[in-house]
Amino acid sequence: MVKQRKLLSIPYYLWILLFVVFPVLLLLFQSFRGLDGGFTLTNIQTYFTSRVYLTMTMQSFLYAFLITVLTLAISYPAAYFLTRTDNKQLWLLVLIMPTWMNILLKTYAFIGILSQTGVANQMLEFMGIGAQPLLFTRISFLIVATYIEIPFMLLPVFNAIDEIDDSMVYASRDLGANEWKTFLTVIFPMSLSGVRSGIQAVFIPSLSLFMLTRLIAGNRVITLGTAIEQHFLVTQNWGMGSTMGIVLIIIMFGVMFLTRKRKKGVPVK
Amino acid sequence: MIKNNKWASLYLIIVFILLYSPIAYLIVYSFNEAGTMNQFSGFTLEHYSSLAEDTRLMIIALDTIRVALLSALLATTIGTLGAIGIYYAKRSKTQNMLLGFNNILLVSPDVIIGASFLLLFTVVGFRLGFYSVLLSHIAFSIPIVVLMVLPKLEEMNENMITAAKDLGANNWQVLKEIILPSITPGILAGYFMAFTYSIDDFAVTFFVTGNGFATLSVEIYSRARQGVSLEINALSTILFLVAFSLVAGYYFIQRQQRTKRLTHMDPTNHEKAVTP
Repeated sequence: MVKQRKLLSIPYYLWILLFVVFPVLLLLFQSFRGLDGGFTLTNIQTYFTSRVYLTMTMQSFLYAFLITVLTLAISYPAAYFLTRTDNKQLWLLVLIMPTWMNILLKTYAFIGILSQTGVANQMLEFMGIGAQPLLFTRISFLIVATYIEIPFMLLPVFNAIDEIDDSMVYASRDLGANEWKTFLTVIFPMSLSGVRSGIQAVFIPSLSLFMLTRLIAGNRVITLGTAIEQHFLVTQNWGMGSTMGIVLIIIMFGVMFLTRKRKKGVPVK
Repeated sequence: MIKNNKWASLYLIIVFILLYSPIAYLIVYSFNEAGTMNQFSGFTLEHYSSLAEDTRLMIIALDTIRVALLSALLATTIGTLGAIGIYYAKRSKTQNMLLGFNNILLVSPDVIIGASFLLLFTVVGFRLGFYSVLLSHIAFSIPIVVLMVLPKLEEMNENMITAAKDLGANNWQVLKEIILPSITPGILAGYFMAFTYSIDDFAVTFFVTGNGFATLSVEIYSRARQGVSLEINALSTILFLVAFSLVAGYYFIQRQQRTKRLTHMDPTNHEKAVTP
């Protein structure tokens, strides 16, 4: 019986080997290969001694950090208010619905909105600030990336707040805490698990949004993702690209470790 | 329950407007007579008719749907069997290890998946094109299917299997008559997620697509690099409507299932008092 079930799962185990373990090993292997195909440590050496690569990594990190902070700042209140609406599941669905729209199309919309004579500039002119070059700037990259990532933060935070037992809130109010204090001492600490998974869901992809840096930031922003795509598909320097891929994987595990699930409650002695 | 005051509602409305205005912008300008996304000069449907005549784009759209349907089907099959395998893995250590492997592709950035799959296909000597895209889509959709199916397996009543075996069912019958029916909602949700993952993917496809084959995302990317073309707007209107109706349909089916489950609940079951 058990043996038969194991047989059925063979395609799944094959998948793990072929598409999870093997590609990562290949990436690792490739990062030790030079342009001539021989074994070398030059890629890693170049990466860690070149100012260009290190600044790029730092910048990439900084952008991902800013995008995460911005999405959190916008999504947290929205998620909190959302849990208190009637029909909250429907409203949640409405707010995360834009994720079902192709990411390239959303990006494309911003090419129109942020262009020299687009809506954003028309509004700036109307407010008396005057038209600014918006497209192909770092700010536009932040705006569009934040826009795209908001639903991915909203969903886990909403779920975490929604799971909080209402009676906790009532107890806190009964004991004399006002709304703000209840939020700070009851709701916020209990929603941190959602914030952690939100950070995970936003920070890691933000490091690799290469299509945005190309279409919106006009190559003014180079993230790790852009650099990897460049090395693999344009300059064909796969060794260096793989090295950066490994760096990205290490950052990914770092973020996952920092945002890992903590055990709930205080240990009983 | 505490209700929102009007500032909270206002905030939600603003977020709603922020999230939807780019999409509305795209849709409105798809009807623009002038060929730009700036000044609206008059209503026209010409971009839709030129979209209908664009055979290259139509072929690509059909290819995208073909890849999505096929990859979701295969990913759902492999993922469901995998979930059953994980569920029956005896030791929890093995279970956790399998789940760990399962989640690697879910959290990996797209470029890593794309680059490593490109390496894989090159090393194996697999030609880039339809099949490499299909295989990649199957590969990155499997983990989400597992995550959708596994909770349903955990909810399943194990006594049913014991009862079935007592009554003389063989393994195949247990799988077909007991296990699969009780996890069907998870399988459907998995298929739906795998389908949307495939339709939405850009980065992975971009790496493994080669020259001869393109999906809509890749095509939109290369067209958007050349500038504004209102045909893309017309396309996005249609895609938005399709996505909207799919999601709405999915929501209502789920809601119906939920109410059905509640009304059919056994009156003697004490759970009824607990479940709202």
